Amino acid sequence: MKSSLLWLGIAIVVALLAVAAIAYGAVPLEARAVLDALSGRGDPVTVAIVRTLRLPRAALALLVGAGLGMAGAALQGALRNALAEPYLLGVSGGAAVGAVAAVAFGASGPFVLPLASFAGAALAIAVALGVARASGGRADPRVLLMAGVIVGAFANAAIMVLLANAPPNAVRNALWWMMGSVADAGWLTVGWLSIYVTLGGALLLWFARDIDVLALGEESAAALGVDADRSSRTIFLIAALLSAATVAAAGLVGFVGLVVPHLVRSFGVRRHRALIGGAALVGAGLVVAADLVARLARPPGELPLGAVTALVGVPFFLVQMRRLS
Amino acid sequence: MIIFEGAVIRYPRAAVTAVDSVSFGVPRGALTAVVGPNGSGKSTLIRALLRLTPLAGGAITIDGTALAQLDRRAFARRVAVVTQREALVFPLPVWEYVALGRHPHDNPWGAAPMRSDASIGAALDRAGIGALADRGTDALSGGEWQRVRVARALAQGGEALVLDEPTTFLDIAHEMAMFELFSRLAHDGMAVLLVSHHLNLVARFADTMVLLHRGRVAAAGTPAAVMRVDILEEVYEWPLLITRDPAVGAPALLPLRNRGLRSPTPIP
Repeated sequence: MKSSLLWLGIAIVVALLAVAAIAYGAVPLEARAVLDALSGRGDPVTVAIVRTLRLPRAALALLVGAGLGMAGAALQGALRNALAEPYLLGVSGGAAVGAVAAVAFGASGPFVLPLASFAGAALAIAVALGVARASGGRADPRVLLMAGVIVGAFANAAIMVLLANAPPNAVRNALWWMMGSVADAGWLTVGWLSIYVTLGGALLLWFARDIDVLALGEESAAALGVDADRSSRTIFLIAALLSAATVAAAGLVGFVGLVVPHLVRSFGVRRHRALIGGAALVGAGLVVAADLVARLARPPGELPLGAVTALVGVPFFLVQMRRLS
Repeated sequence: MIIFEGAVIRYPRAAVTAVDSVSFGVPRGALTAVVGPNGSGKSTLIRALLRLTPLAGGAITIDGTALAQLDRRAFARRVAVVTQREALVFPLPVWEYVALGRHPHDNPWGAAPMRSDASIGAALDRAGIGALADRGTDALSGGEWQRVRVARALAQGGEALVLDEPTTFLDIAHEMAMFELFSRLAHDGMAVLLVSHHLNLVARFADTMVLLHRGRVAAAGTPAAVMRVDILEEVYEWPLLITRDPAVGAPALLPLRNRGLRSPTPIP
């Protein structure tokens, strides 16, 4: 009872944030006008702003946050690592390389782009885990993080190489995208991302109980009938798919996957089914809020979304890091 | 009944065979203890039972079925293992933790909750920690945590319980309480396999002892048959004395001062 009230409250906050994201922007709109525009009535300019700019932008922010939140919750549990998240593990970086490579070779669209990202993300997580394991990093969560940061740095370099031969305009777009942005949201992107996020989220919820057991460690997982190697590989791949899809849609938005699961745990949620579900909701709210900040901080200009989430996430990371040692 | 039949286990890149042709059985209704010096292969046997390390030869069977033929969940429904170490990165309430013992029975969307709740409650009671159900695993003493881990194993509901050094770090009262619990569970009909360093307690409580030495069985049988000066001095490479436990008459071991005559071989 208490927990359902809590979730209802959070859902309302997220909904209010989404409404605010539609109402506030370069042109402020009345709540009334927003509601009219949503149903297609009123001033045609307002209708156009709401329906083709702000609504898809808010929807994209919600989806990106949900995807990153769920991926972070799953990675933290399966890796038994309170610092794990797609961006810090280099998974997002790998996804970005995949996406930039696809674009550089002239490919794009709802299938090629996310799948190229996914290939990059899967490769990145395999390399990060392989490096961490080779250096005996199972015991210390920070070793995996170091491996992830190195993979991320390599990904950055790879992107720079790819961009070196691109036309200046493409470089500018790519840089903006690498800083994370939902500004260019369109319904097509929202459409395919919603499919990936729903699919990946459903798969993670299906495997949530295995994540509960994986979080106890390899030996205890084996004692409870879970093949830790196989099961965690599956979960890494799903988390990589989720992260890759968000990167393909909105670029590198860091730290959401780190902050969100900790927030949800602070509400007393422990089991991963509830944790992943809660992370979807809280993540959605967080990214919508971050995008609002990005738009309202310095109008009519905008801050990069990834910069806003990093400004929140880095201090948070440092606090978590301190707690570890 | 768990049977190790000529089990051979080699770790990759290791010069020596960790476990070499080890055979013994763990019958129901009895407490079977595996003892031996550090590095004698005790925990390796447990890892093989959990299929974390492959068998290079021989077989392990559970009630006549080869381990390799059982799927992991079916194994976990029959045999519950409490591993040597377990530290939670994300603490859980004790009830939730013990509930994870039901994992091998759950379908992904949840089992019949009534039956599970009853099993969890019963497991907490049998382990004597009913009062801790709402506590967090990060707010437990070492002794409480070990009991909570045993409760999770009991919630698995199998007929066999395997414990790898469950009483290391426990004080006398908690250690005795654990041994009493294992002996009660065995005499209630479970097959209990206990890996321990505490020879004197094992000699008092176990029905059968299996003494491992460098991966081989050095002696096996009743405590009286295994707790012999010649055998134990050879295995532990230390002078000792076997006496009688004045309370129950079981054999008891006293290590003697070593007058510089011998020192244990380093663990490979």
